[in-house]
Amino acid sequence: MEPQALLVLLLFVLVLSIFLGFELINKVPSTLHTPLMSGANAISGITIVGALLASGGEGTFSSILVGTFAVFFASINVVGGYLVTNRMLKMFKKK
Amino acid sequence: MIDFFQSSIFVNLAYIFASILFIFGLKMLSSPETAQRGNLVSASGMLIAILVTLAQNEIIAYEYLLIALFGGLVVGVLASSLVKMTSMPELVALFNGFGGIASLLVGVAEFINPSSSTLIQIIAISFTVLIGGITFSGSLVAFGKLSEIISGKPLILFGQRFVLSALLLVAILLVLELIIYTGLLNISSQTILFILIGVTLILGVLLTAPIGGADMPVVIALLNSYSGLAASSAGFVINNNVLIVAGALVGASGLILTNIMCKAMNRSLSNVLFGGFGAATSSSEGSGQIQGEVKPITAEDAYLILEAANSVLVVPGYGMAVSQAQHVVRELGELLEDNGCEVKYAIHPVAGRMPGHMNVLLAEANVSYDVLAEPDDVNPLMDTVDVCIVIGANDVVNPDARENEGSPIYGMPVIEVDRAKTVFVLKRSMAAGFAGIDNPLFLKENSRMLFGDAKESISTLVSEFKT
Repeated sequence: MEPQALLVLLLFVLVLSIFLGFELINKVPSTLHTPLMSGANAISGITIVGALLASGGEGTFSSILVGTFAVFFASINVVGGYLVTNRMLKMFKKK
Repeated sequence: MIDFFQSSIFVNLAYIFASILFIFGLKMLSSPETAQRGNLVSASGMLIAILVTLAQNEIIAYEYLLIALFGGLVVGVLASSLVKMTSMPELVALFNGFGGIASLLVGVAEFINPSSSTLIQIIAISFTVLIGGITFSGSLVAFGKLSEIISGKPLILFGQRFVLSALLLVAILLVLELIIYTGLLNISSQTILFILIGVTLILGVLLTAPIGGADMPVVIALLNSYSGLAASSAGFVINNNVLIVAGALVGASGLILTNIMCKAMNRSLSNVLFGGFGAATSSSEGSGQIQGEVKPITAEDAYLILEAANSVLVVPGYGMAVSQAQHVVRELGELLEDNGCEVKYAIHPVAGRMPGHMNVLLAEANVSYDVLAEPDDVNPLMDTVDVCIVIGANDVVNPDARENEGSPIYGMPVIEVDRAKTVFVLKRSMAAGFAGIDNPLFLKENSRMLFGDAKESISTLVSEFKT
């Protein structure tokens, strides 16, 4: 695909996703603000996909090394983020 | 068959499926009944995205990435299971910073990879590094402040705004130089990128350091949004839709939370970020002399009043987190209920150090979430409340927000506890709150000060009830 056409497509996806995000989270009760934040934080660890490609893909030693560090940090973000959110949500109970 | 699982059509379909799971997961996170399942749905989306990426034939070597994945897994599991609930704000801040640095490193790795980058990719790399760097160092400062490694007070450097604007200008110029590469600086583009990283890291520190402890909920929500935007931006670097979608969802949710926090303080975002609130020295000017005197009460007398009360409203603040009083608070609530009293908890959106901080602590202590109310729900009924127990909250119950136009927090929506028949204020001493503002609540006719550590004071009340 032409780079320009690809850019337009990706921007299109970006804009729609931002609107979707606003719609999705508009009415969150304040009780769930912390789990929502840490759950969203875990999702932002999706950057791990890019990190894996940089670490395991073709590249120079330095680009692979940098990518490997990215995998390390992103996986802490993902694993820790989801677990901690789960730990918090387990406590929210109604009697 | 294996060819199919490695084909780009399969990989992209799997990414779309992962995006759908993120969307449903986030939707389910917005209701207490479905939240825990929602988190699992979102986590399975992440697992799918990771697995199909690993199966791609673009990945040729596994040894480094598996070591890093395993290392991250161990650290993540340990950190999330060992940390105490009261330390949740700093842990969330730290994880957030890791997300930021990971996006930054993805950008750097792509930049130093010899396969030539397109102009669009270079622009995306610059953005990723800029946002990722600010997220990382900003989150580390937030982590330091929340865990009290560094002072929670606003740190205002001399000429803060000037330095900040100058650095921002430098960052923009460096980005431009990366994009058009005039060669005027006579250094390689890699060196420019490294200088840019340095500048963004300093920017993150300068943006977060001036923000005081009470404004932390806003900053945490904003940094959360940044980490999403960094991931989204990294999606443009590697032309990947799932990064763009997931990052944008996080960015949007972070912005919504930031907005809620700002509204709860009746301040604009720029005022929070650049106002240096709490550093003001003449905060109570214009209010004149505050009339009245402080009326202390003993736990024994407080018990007698509580024993006769029909409705009690508990208003927790950061002080409850500091003294870890949530468990005795729940015990007191149960004793009051057994005594035929209606007990509710009023939680201000910015109470504590992160959005929803108090709710998490009370949930930890087994308080049912349906008795946790927001200011708008409790304020109209405040006149019928017999006793309000304010535990380590200050600015969020300050009547000056309604009555004193000269007050820096005038106009902020507060919990109007002074309208209740009696108010108990649990406080260590008469020191001002984080905003450094006088609180006339303490001097009101119906206020009684219960001095001392919140946990000890409430434990005394609990034992009075039991005898």
